[in-house]
Amino acid sequence: MHQQTLAQQARALAKGDYSARELATHYIQRIEQLDPQLNSFITLTAEQTLAQADAADSARANGSASALAGLPLAHQDTFCSKGVRTSCGSKMLDNFVAPYSAHLLEQLAAAGAVSLGKTNMDEFGMAASGTSSFYGATLNPRDAQRISGGAACGSAVAVAAGLASAASGCDSFGDIRLPAAHHGLTGLKPTYGRISRLGMTANASSFDQAGFITRSAEDAALLLQAGAGFDPRDSTSASEPVSDYSTTLGQPLNGLRIGIARNLFDEALDGRIAAQVLASAEQLQQLGATLIDIELAHADQAVACATIIGSGEASTNMSRFDGVRFGHRCDNPASLDDLYQRSRSEGFGPSVQLQVMLGAYYLSVGQYERYYVQAQKVRRLIKQAFVAAFDTVDLILAPVTAALPRLLSEAADVAAERDSQRYTALANLAGLPALSMPCGLVDGLPVGSQLLAPWFQEARLLNAAHQYQLATDWHTGRPSGY
Amino acid sequence: MQWETVIGLEIHAQLATKTKIFSGSSTEFGAAPNSQASAGDLAMPGTLPVLNEEAVRMACLFGLAVDAEIGEISRFDRKNYFYPDLPSGYQTSQLDLPIVGKGHMDITLEDGSTKRIGITRAHLEEDAGKSLHEDFSGMSGIDLNRAGTTLLEIVSEPEISNAKEAVAYARAIHSLVQYLGVCDGNMAEGSFRCDCNVSVRPVGQKEFGTRTEIKNVNSFRFIERAINTEIRRQIELIEDGGKVVQQTRLYDPAKDETRAMRSKEEATDYRYFPCPNLLPVVIEPGYLEQLRTTLPELPAQKRERFQSQFSLSAYDASVLTASRAMADYFEQVEKICGDAKLAANWAMGELSSLLNKDNLEIGQSPVSAQQLGELLVRIKDNTISGNIAKAVFEAIANGEGSADAIIEKRGLKQVTDSGAIEAILDEMLAANATEVEEYRNADDNRRKKMFGFFVGQAMKASRGKANPQQVNELLLKKLEG
Amino acid sequence: MAFTSTDVQTLARLTQIRLDNDGPDRLASNLDQLTALTECISGVATNGIEPLVSPLDMTQRLRADVVSEPNQRELYQSLAPATENGLYLVPKVLD
Repeated sequence: MHQQTLAQQARALAKGDYSARELATHYIQRIEQLDPQLNSFITLTAEQTLAQADAADSARANGSASALAGLPLAHQDTFCSKGVRTSCGSKMLDNFVAPYSAHLLEQLAAAGAVSLGKTNMDEFGMAASGTSSFYGATLNPRDAQRISGGAACGSAVAVAAGLASAASGCDSFGDIRLPAAHHGLTGLKPTYGRISRLGMTANASSFDQAGFITRSAEDAALLLQAGAGFDPRDSTSASEPVSDYSTTLGQPLNGLRIGIARNLFDEALDGRIAAQVLASAEQLQQLGATLIDIELAHADQAVACATIIGSGEASTNMSRFDGVRFGHRCDNPASLDDLYQRSRSEGFGPSVQLQVMLGAYYLSVGQYERYYVQAQKVRRLIKQAFVAAFDTVDLILAPVTAALPRLLSEAADVAAERDSQRYTALANLAGLPALSMPCGLVDGLPVGSQLLAPWFQEARLLNAAHQYQLATDWHTGRPSGY
Repeated sequence: MQWETVIGLEIHAQLATKTKIFSGSSTEFGAAPNSQASAGDLAMPGTLPVLNEEAVRMACLFGLAVDAEIGEISRFDRKNYFYPDLPSGYQTSQLDLPIVGKGHMDITLEDGSTKRIGITRAHLEEDAGKSLHEDFSGMSGIDLNRAGTTLLEIVSEPEISNAKEAVAYARAIHSLVQYLGVCDGNMAEGSFRCDCNVSVRPVGQKEFGTRTEIKNVNSFRFIERAINTEIRRQIELIEDGGKVVQQTRLYDPAKDETRAMRSKEEATDYRYFPCPNLLPVVIEPGYLEQLRTTLPELPAQKRERFQSQFSLSAYDASVLTASRAMADYFEQVEKICGDAKLAANWAMGELSSLLNKDNLEIGQSPVSAQQLGELLVRIKDNTISGNIAKAVFEAIANGEGSADAIIEKRGLKQVTDSGAIEAILDEMLAANATEVEEYRNADDNRRKKMFGFFVGQAMKASRGKANPQQVNELLLKKLEG
Repeated sequence: MAFTSTDVQTLARLTQIRLDNDGPDRLASNLDQLTALTECISGVATNGIEPLVSPLDMTQRLRADVVSEPNQRELYQSLAPATENGLYLVPKVLD
């Protein structure tokens, strides 16, 4: 069962090949058996999982099954889930049982999806290695010497290892697409505002976007359909109509203009990865698309821009964790400052402490204009570059990662970690929808190709990726033993 | 050395929105601690702000009333600092693009002249919660019901020259926000608070002296005393060779002194930046035009109208329009009794002393406008005299019923039957034959004095009920007889 | 720039984080690396460019002034480290 995609499982459940309870039980057993060595989950909710599966089965029995009825998903532990610990991979929230559920989780539950549990993540999403969680690193099932990638490490590894059929995640700078590429999966970051941020713990508020890690573009379309839509509780939620993503997957790519962002194929990019990404472009060309070389101005500044603004936002988003109303509190605080300082330094790991202090630096009086405001201006230039590019092309193709996942021994290199987001942070800076899809192997490890579409054109993005996946089988690869 | 003072006020008016500025929690005063603190107000992970439309409307209405520039775009920023009454660790406020820009407020000085005080800006922000200092085994208790309540911070130019002007300005703003219905003005509940920026400089010096900020002064009396105390402190300090340090201070009314706040000793870098969870607020010109049509009559306009429509003096008009409640009260009384001068005299005289005596607001008056109006009707139609009316007024205040009921019950109806009055006079004159004789032989001057004596005797004999005018006329006739 | 231990202490104080003994040095080195990575921003010509705060060109939506939040104090305070009589407790607050 776990070899099937989400869409295949949906069809099997509809036909009655197996029940939602059987499917959920199968995954629960796999998690119990295999996750101890991978550490992709933080919290399991087996009892609730089975109850939800039973509810899906009864709904199907009485003919009221919704689109995702009985499909077993995992959720990055950044999404609040009512009554379930929501830790964000941090000691700070180890004792935090969310009092409400994230909008996305409500939407998926309403569509009948079953939740297997909460997946491991880099602490508060503030790293990209999969190693910074309070609950320990998530292991890479293909190469134990290498990082699993992050921040959505648990969601990616759980799907790759067949411990969940698909998973949600939060993509701030590439946090869905990077691990998806590392694990041969499809990673979708929708347009900023397409899925409500309500209940998704903030990392960098103007970058954070909920999305999915799946086995195929078709699966991503199914989930986006359920998750997308306007939420009046999020001021940045878009009221743009939601199109029917699944029904538009079958369109041929004839006439589709794909821009190859030539300046992203730079000296930082591993030549072997470049070759695979360009091969995916040729494949799309064979499917009818036209390839056009383009340049994306200011792409060189993407990491700097995202680091400055992202850490600034993250820095103050973390101020609420003060040991007063929820979360970790130090023992016997002697004074108010002692309460704050010990609670926060005990509760936050090194990567969060670093981001908080870095952001405070960029926002401080002497640096604000020089760094922060300047970065906001460059951000506009980057967005303008995309506006100009989409005048002449329908999609843009780019690499996802510059290199194979770093070795665990190099995981602590903070500059390399930031630099690993050089091709993905662009979409977050501009708010664009972007998708990473497996496009080949280098040294036996999967690498991905990235497609970017204009704002709210997820249907076009998913259609192109689906057509590519109909013609290729890179997305079907699995780590051996899983 | 001669010193002059420069004062600027920052007034925090709690806007009368039913819910908080960024959440749907009730803002009702006096609820159980933390019963009106939602997940968002508590800054729970994943919660997000959405702006209250009433906050925008009320801020714009204020802007229109002070003739301010209202830009098309305003923005919200985060002001970062740690404090237990600030759940998110930042206050969402407006730094660069406040909703209300430059405006002004005219105040009336003691000599009757008018001074225009510039308003630099007015911006929306969220209020903080409250720290309760009673002892909880050595801890402080935090109530976040107030956290997130809508505040409009109204910042004046440093154009106020002394404590009296500061009070006049604060009163004028206080009156305006209540006229507009955007703030209940309740200073005891903290709905209207004032920070006073005070500095001194030698007369003739151009540059400002170093200023201190006296935080959260919550009564007009204390504003005046706090400023005067702080001015004295600064001058003494400088004259003794010291320097004023820029700092935040608190006024202690019991000791009549200001002291530096302990928690604000270190200059904080607030790291302001635009809040990414809130988008630019767009105020369309059409929205403002529509809003302008809803502006009520403002204090200055009402003052002018009272002068022209009711022929009141400038002084009377300004007293009666000091608060909207008083103005409404007066107008209702005038409408019932049809005599503006009489209504004004009673509102400013008997009514005001009654309220002052018990320290009541006009809204809490034990005599309603309806009741006072009906009482004045009885003066107008000669049912009772002004003196009797004062006794009836007191009885109304004591809850004894309407004017007519009290007049009836106590038999206070004025005697206007000339036959009856003549009878009273005849009896009185007979009892005072010696004085009558003396009167008739006296010169004009002496007669005038003695006439008052006879009137007094006659009123006494009638137990105050005889119509004074008729008494005068008939008495004169009889004495001259 | 090269962060000194004092710079790091200042940031730590601003952000209410207590540093352990090797904290200042480790953080200074990390901050050096990351700010070096962001230095390239200063060379970009941005005259007349409006800073971008949120990636989409949307404006603020307004919410009706209607109470929508019920009292959930018991639920919320079940997450709190210390409460008494409905109040959150903290070490004595100075005014």
